[in-house]
Amino acid sequence: MESAIKLQNISKSFGDVRANIDINMQFNKGEILAILGENGSGKTTLMNMISGIYFPDSGSIIVDGREVTIRSPRDAFSLGIGMIHQHYKLVEVLTAAENIVLGLPGKGKLDRAAVSAKIKQISMRYGFDINPDKKVYDMSISEKQTVEIVKTLYRGASILILDEPTAVLTPQETDRLFSVMRNMRDDGKALIIITHKLNEVMAVSSKVAVLRKGEYIGTVETAKTSYKELTEMMVGRTISLNIERPPPTGQQDRLELRNITCLNEEGIPALDNVSFTAKSGEILGVAGVAGSGQRELCEAIAGLYPILSGEIDYYPPGSDKTQPIVGKTPKNIRKMGIVLAFVPEDRLGMGLVANMHMVDNMLLKGYRKGFPVFADRKPPKKLAENIIKSLDVVAPGVYTPIRRLSGGNVQKVLLGREISSQPTVLIAAYPVRGLDINSSFTVYNLLNEEKKKGAAVIYIGEDLDIMLELCDRIVVLCGGKVSGIADAQSITKEEIGMLMTNLPDARLP
Amino acid sequence: MQDENIKTKTPDAHRKTRKEPFVRIVKRSDIQRAKAWMIRVGAIILAMCVGGIIVLLMGHNPFAVYSAMFTGSFATATSRSETIKTAVPLLGAAIAIAPSFRMRFWNIGAEGQILVGAVAATYFALYVKTMPSVMLLLAMMLAAMVAGGIWGLIPGFFKAKWGTNETLFTLMLNYIALELTKYFQHGPWRNPMSGGFPKIAMFDNAARLPKLGIAGIFDVHIGWIFVLVLAVLMLIYLRHTKQGYEIAVVGESERTARYASMNVGKIIMRTVFISGAIAGLVGFLLVSGANGTLSDSTAGGVGFTAISVAWLAKLNPIVMIFIALFIAVLSKGSNTIQTNFKIPASAADVLTGIILFFMLGCEFFINYKLIFRGVPSAESTPPDSTAPSPEVTAPDSAAPSPEVTAPDGAVGEEAE
Amino acid sequence: MFDFLNPDNLMNFFVAAILAGTPLLFGTLGEILTEKSGNLNLGVQGMMFMGALGGFAGAYYYEQMAAQPVAVISVLIAVICAFLTAAFGAFLYSVLTISMRANQNVTGLALTIFGTGFANFFGEAISFAAGGYAAVSSETKTIFNTGIPGLADIPIIGKILFSYNFLVYFAILTAIILAWFLNRSRAGLNLRAVGESPATADAAGINVTRYKYLATVIGGGICGLGGLYIVMNSSNGVGGVWTFNLISYQGWIAVALVIFATWSPARALWGSLIFGALSVMRLYIPLGIPAQIYDMFPYIATIAVIIGVSMRRRRENHPPDSLGIAYFREER
Repeated sequence: MESAIKLQNISKSFGDVRANIDINMQFNKGEILAILGENGSGKTTLMNMISGIYFPDSGSIIVDGREVTIRSPRDAFSLGIGMIHQHYKLVEVLTAAENIVLGLPGKGKLDRAAVSAKIKQISMRYGFDINPDKKVYDMSISEKQTVEIVKTLYRGASILILDEPTAVLTPQETDRLFSVMRNMRDDGKALIIITHKLNEVMAVSSKVAVLRKGEYIGTVETAKTSYKELTEMMVGRTISLNIERPPPTGQQDRLELRNITCLNEEGIPALDNVSFTAKSGEILGVAGVAGSGQRELCEAIAGLYPILSGEIDYYPPGSDKTQPIVGKTPKNIRKMGIVLAFVPEDRLGMGLVANMHMVDNMLLKGYRKGFPVFADRKPPKKLAENIIKSLDVVAPGVYTPIRRLSGGNVQKVLLGREISSQPTVLIAAYPVRGLDINSSFTVYNLLNEEKKKGAAVIYIGEDLDIMLELCDRIVVLCGGKVSGIADAQSITKEEIGMLMTNLPDARLP
Repeated sequence: MQDENIKTKTPDAHRKTRKEPFVRIVKRSDIQRAKAWMIRVGAIILAMCVGGIIVLLMGHNPFAVYSAMFTGSFATATSRSETIKTAVPLLGAAIAIAPSFRMRFWNIGAEGQILVGAVAATYFALYVKTMPSVMLLLAMMLAAMVAGGIWGLIPGFFKAKWGTNETLFTLMLNYIALELTKYFQHGPWRNPMSGGFPKIAMFDNAARLPKLGIAGIFDVHIGWIFVLVLAVLMLIYLRHTKQGYEIAVVGESERTARYASMNVGKIIMRTVFISGAIAGLVGFLLVSGANGTLSDSTAGGVGFTAISVAWLAKLNPIVMIFIALFIAVLSKGSNTIQTNFKIPASAADVLTGIILFFMLGCEFFINYKLIFRGVPSAESTPPDSTAPSPEVTAPDSAAPSPEVTAPDGAVGEEAE
Repeated sequence: MFDFLNPDNLMNFFVAAILAGTPLLFGTLGEILTEKSGNLNLGVQGMMFMGALGGFAGAYYYEQMAAQPVAVISVLIAVICAFLTAAFGAFLYSVLTISMRANQNVTGLALTIFGTGFANFFGEAISFAAGGYAAVSSETKTIFNTGIPGLADIPIIGKILFSYNFLVYFAILTAIILAWFLNRSRAGLNLRAVGESPATADAAGINVTRYKYLATVIGGGICGLGGLYIVMNSSNGVGGVWTFNLISYQGWIAVALVIFATWSPARALWGSLIFGALSVMRLYIPLGIPAQIYDMFPYIATIAVIIGVSMRRRRENHPPDSLGIAYFREER
């Protein structure tokens, strides 16, 4: 089979993080290659280098037998490489046709008829269903994706990279996408699909390349492999991280969610009938592919996201009387005596004020306390100093704007503040994202401390190895639904992976 | 680790492998406050130089012109009094603007708020004058503040409820306030004794603010004490009160404010009411102190010029005292040069505009650093200071995230 | 008593509304072009002032210096100078906001302060030099104040359609060209993409900075023609004589009209006609209320418009998505 792209010894680091290590790979014409790997395995980074968004630290890229330099998306275009990103790059108020011809050279007057004709021709050839005059904001996600694909084809792409194209599609839309992909394959195009869904890999690909923690593990032919083999290649052996897991203490129901449903801005359920109970003295992990409703779940519990239906009950320590908290503002929740701490995913845009210094950021939660009119900055200053000391925050001083601190230190400051309120419920969304190993362990220790003190800790995580060692129980979300709740000590990583991607049968074949 | 963080530090990292552009722009990680103010002072001096060049091109000696401006506004007790009289409402209005601007509520309606304040005070001065002077003055002041506050609250309400564009709203209210003033001046409040001219009668002495000067230095109505006290109070309010803190948080990020369970709408309305009330107070000072009556020229652009004052002072009320004085010197001094050199008095506005441009431009050099090819820079190397933070810079998010990348670190930059 | 059915009166009202609406139309069109690039330039008032001064000074000095000034050349110089002077103001704004990333709101306000001062300063300087009164020649003034020769004399139709000065037709033509440009041309499409999502435009290979500069500077020039109109036209301006503070509110109404017109040049035509009518209504439709209350109408209408637009958020009525936000690739 004819090679379209060859990668030779490609490496790429970001600071201390090695995203791709010495990767050798080949993509052929007339073939659909699936790149399989967990979050953070380096799939997207690798593809971004082919499409001109990143530039490799070392190694070479060979397109059609010629070594090339790809510095920008334009360079990639001119080599016939088109990438369909997870976040579509479309202008919402323009029509499909307008988006497709955006930035292309041509006559001053835009010949809409000719553009539409060419779009129709491409659609006919591969079986797309597209209305050139429809505005993007009126489109479903799948239609937007179609526009993105047609956009790359219109520009003459012969190599198409699709980054997790099915993450947001319904099963029917996925089937349609796959049939289009097969048509393109038969037309001699090279297709690369990035995914972590095994069933899709099996359904559409000719070959599967597996990446793990930045390294290329190997390529297998889809027809000759099995779920089991691929899963093993993808997750590897479970690594022991030696994270402490103290036994759960005095477990008691603390927070019970019953049939919680929330709609996102488009009116689509972001949380769909979610029910589970968080207990005191345990860490409850929430696993799921990014965007499965984790953010909405956290914010709904914290009183920051509107809940369409369902109930959340809080059980105060040492009491059987439940307190419903749905429909209450954060302020009201606090007035009820519920100490709920929330470490949001967006640390600088939500949890902290980037332009303010540590003391004022400490003030954020407790500024109403103290003297009537004046803000008392003595306790927050003390708190800031304490946090610097006890969590080893590296900062020039308590009056340094938060934005000047590094990611790990920002997180320590945020977590330190949230824990200082002695919460009975602590929600931590991706608390170790972007942190180095040492900072990560500080975070685990802090969460364990809270657990020992009897707080119900809800941990939204992405690294399954860590979750399996840190959490007591794990709730798995898939597409806004709870696809499983399991004891962390008895479930395996593969089983969680299956639940996350919602395979029809959670047992390995 | 997850893909998104990995991408973060990228732009910088991969640029090194490419051929470096001739000049590139890097965000400064840190700048001393003293250095920042030095850059700003430097910008003012440069602006004055540009003004000087214009004067030179018109065939005058810039040094002579500038020194005439200075002596014209400071040489005699009368000129000093006039300069201070100009500075008082400017300072007052700039203080009024400070809390709304700190909240990133672009209130350009001080002019109108001043006018309705003046109208309310005038009503008491003309029609409820049987009270003793102190009572009357207090009533006038209170009425002015309530009127100004309501005039500010109207756009604040719509902003809080529906996000209505406050810039245009406050601006239109300026014109409406002006027409309202004209209406009273030409209609119901017109003084029948003014010989056909549409004029409102001068206030009785009971409705005039007493003078309080320093013998031989200046002699101005007591308003200057008001605004100086106000400047200190505003500094305390913004920096040391809970409400001041709320204003700062809402200005920086409404999302964070909501996260901290602040009632954002209420804070917006309360803050613009305070803004408007202070502007209303300035209206009272103008009719009761400086002018002794109301007319359609009572505000005379003070509300607009005050925006420059507030901005040039970086919303710091104490710095505003000096900037207000500086702008007052410019405007008084420009009257002098009009007489002495036949240079139009609008020179003050041109110079203010140029200074503003330079100040806006200099923020760039405070926030960013230019690195030329081949020149090693200390600031391009530190690993985690140049790459702000994972979440905010993820390079493939479709749009720049407004909260974090907004380059106008200028407003409310000094949250401390 | 006013006779609503009197056709003469209605016709005069219509003509006056068009004349009063034209400077608003120029300002609105210039600002639409600017905002389509994602730049919110609040300095329309300042740029109108600069345009007024530039146009006036250009014509005035030409007439002073030429041995035998030709009115048509004088008019041409006025138009070009008005455009260039205002475009210069917009250029300053562009350098500060696009290249130096200054806050767009404040820079726009600064441009208004600067433009106002600039025009008054040099205008006064010209007046002083001329002994306190500077005016363009009456021939030049005539061109700015008369309709299409011949056609304007046709009864009724002539008055309604052909009695306006050339700037009125030029403004309408600008609206049509702008509408075509934004909706039908490739460059217009690219410009809209820049204003909506600069990151997307950039990824598609569009030079975001160049588009922003060009749109803002040309938009500023168009605003300047509104200023020229005010200084030259006598029915809705000062008729060729330099006058202190000659632009009182038009620039700001134009900024509001952009919202009213929901960034559409075609709707800007209607908007400026309505606001023109509101501002001259007092003279044609007596309601027995004080003049000052009449004069509030355009402002009250503006407020009603911006409230209405904010209350019902429709996708089509949205401002360009990136409006007011500076773009830099590094911080995507």
